Parts: sequence; C-alpha cells; structure tokens
Amino acid sequence: MDFVVIFFLVCGLVFFTGGAVGILRFPDFYSRLHPAGKLDTMGSLLMMGALSLYNLHHFTLGNMLTSLKIILIVAFVFLSSPTAIHGIVDAGMRAGLGPWTKGDRRR
Amino acid sequence: MDDREIRNTMRQQRESDESDSLSASLPERGGVPASIVTFFILFSLWIVLSGRFDLFHLTLGVLSCVIVTLFSRDLLFPEPRARGLLGAWIRFVSYVPWLLYQIFLANLHVLYLSFHPRMMELIDPQIVRFQSKLRKDLSLVTFANSITLTPGTITVYVSLDGDFSVHAIDEKSREGLPGEMEDRIARAFGEQ
Repeated sequence: MDFVVIFFLVCGLVFFTGGAVGILRFPDFYSRLHPAGKLDTMGSLLMMGALSLYNLHHFTLGNMLTSLKIILIVAFVFLSSPTAIHGIVDAGMRAGLGPWTKGDRRR
Repeated sequence: MDDREIRNTMRQQRESDESDSLSASLPERGGVPASIVTFFILFSLWIVLSGRFDLFHLTLGVLSCVIVTLFSRDLLFPEPRARGLLGAWIRFVSYVPWLLYQIFLANLHVLYLSFHPRMMELIDPQIVRFQSKLRKDLSLVTFANSITLTPGTITVYVSLDGDFSVHAIDEKSREGLPGEMEDRIARAFGEQ
C-alpha cells in the first residue's frame, strides 16, 4: 500500500515539475498556459489520490469522510481549472495579444 | 453565416415548442421535482463536509439546504421537473473514465514536450476553428471544458451555436479535434 502511495506521489511531483519547467520554457503567453493549467491538474489528481489512499490506512467512517473530501477537492479543481484557463486566454485575446507562431522570436 | 441563422431559428423554434408543451401538460409530466433533487445533492454534500451525525447538526443542515434550494431553484436544473436523471448520470459517469484516460495520455505528451531539448522546433501553436454539431448548452460547456482539460488544446471561444476556437500547441494535439470526444459527449448527453 505504501509503495502505491509513494509511487503516485512521485508521479504527481514529476507532473508538477514538468509544469513549472514548461512555464519557463514555452515561448509565449498562450503556450505557457498549457503546462501551467493542465500538468498541474494531473499532478494534483495523482497527489490527492495518493493522499486519500494513505488516509484510508485505518478504515473508519471519519477517515472515509476525509478521503471523500480530498476527492471533492480534485473534482472542483477539474471543474474550475479549465474555466480559469479559458478566462485568462479570453482576456489575452480581448487585449489583442496575438499567439506566437513558428519562426517568431521568444517573448 | 446562413447556416448559423438557420440553426438559430431552429433553436428558437424548438425552445418555443418545448415551452408550449410545458405549459400545456405540466401536471401529468413524469419525473421528480427538480428542487427535491437539488436538495438531496446539497444535503449529501453537507453530510460529507460536516461529518457529524447528531440531531443538532443534521437539523442545521436540513434548514440551510432548504434555504439554499429556495434561493437557487433553477440553477442546477433549469426545468422545473427533472426527467431521465438516472440514465443521464449513468451515461455521464461512463464518459468520465475515458476522459481521464485521454487526459493522462495528453499530459504525458505535454510533459514530453516541456522537457524536450529542442522543444521550440516541435511545437507549432495555432488557433483552430471548427463547427460543433452539439446543440445543448450543457454539452457545449462540457465539450469546451474537456478540450481545455486535455493538454495541448485550450478553448479560446465558444458561441451558442457551437462555433469553437481552440488554441492547439502542436500538430498532434490538433489532429484529434473535434473527433471522438464530440461523439462521446453527444452520446453522454443523449444527442444522438
């Protein structure tokens, strides 16, 4: 059980790291939002799943409720994160920022 | 342009049909009142979040759930009676594992891109426009959210009649649009 938990935690950490590296490396505003918004979602899914699994070591009603709450966090992140990204992209478009295309300089 | 106008008039026609039949045959309609469903959703959330089962806390929960249900009666279900809810839930829940699998695959792809030494040559961001065949608002929103959740693609703009603008980061993320995901959402919301 501990192995599974540690495995998921490390996977989540890799996704979070990839998200951070991606934010630094991608060339412009819109392409940076790809790793920022979505690798984080995957990372939080894996890490929260691991935490709720770890929390079920001693199976009681209270522990189960806590695990359910952790799963609820993931559900709300999955709803709110795309909405937030869409809002940011929309704001960028309205402000008139054109997307980077191949061959442009990094911004 | 013409196509869009036709669709708009069709939509209005359909909506007026629906409201006519609603006012005509309200009493003998099947299904449960939507406010009761809203109440039970809210109350199960209350139970999970409070975690106490004594009389005092349950009474507080019932009271506040009733008040919130009265406030926001038409927020979750715009129609006054919810029909075919169980089937809709089953179809939607069976859509979720496939979505998670797609998210996982696409995440691996963006992870690969962001660690790749020659990332600047691999990516080719472009904005893709396409017309979706989905009609219901809820399925359009779900489709837009699913597109944004699968990495490599962000929904920039959706119009009411299903005009999508999607920012896709490279060729591989672009080729899957609209594709299988649209079919599955159409099936999950009973549009086929």
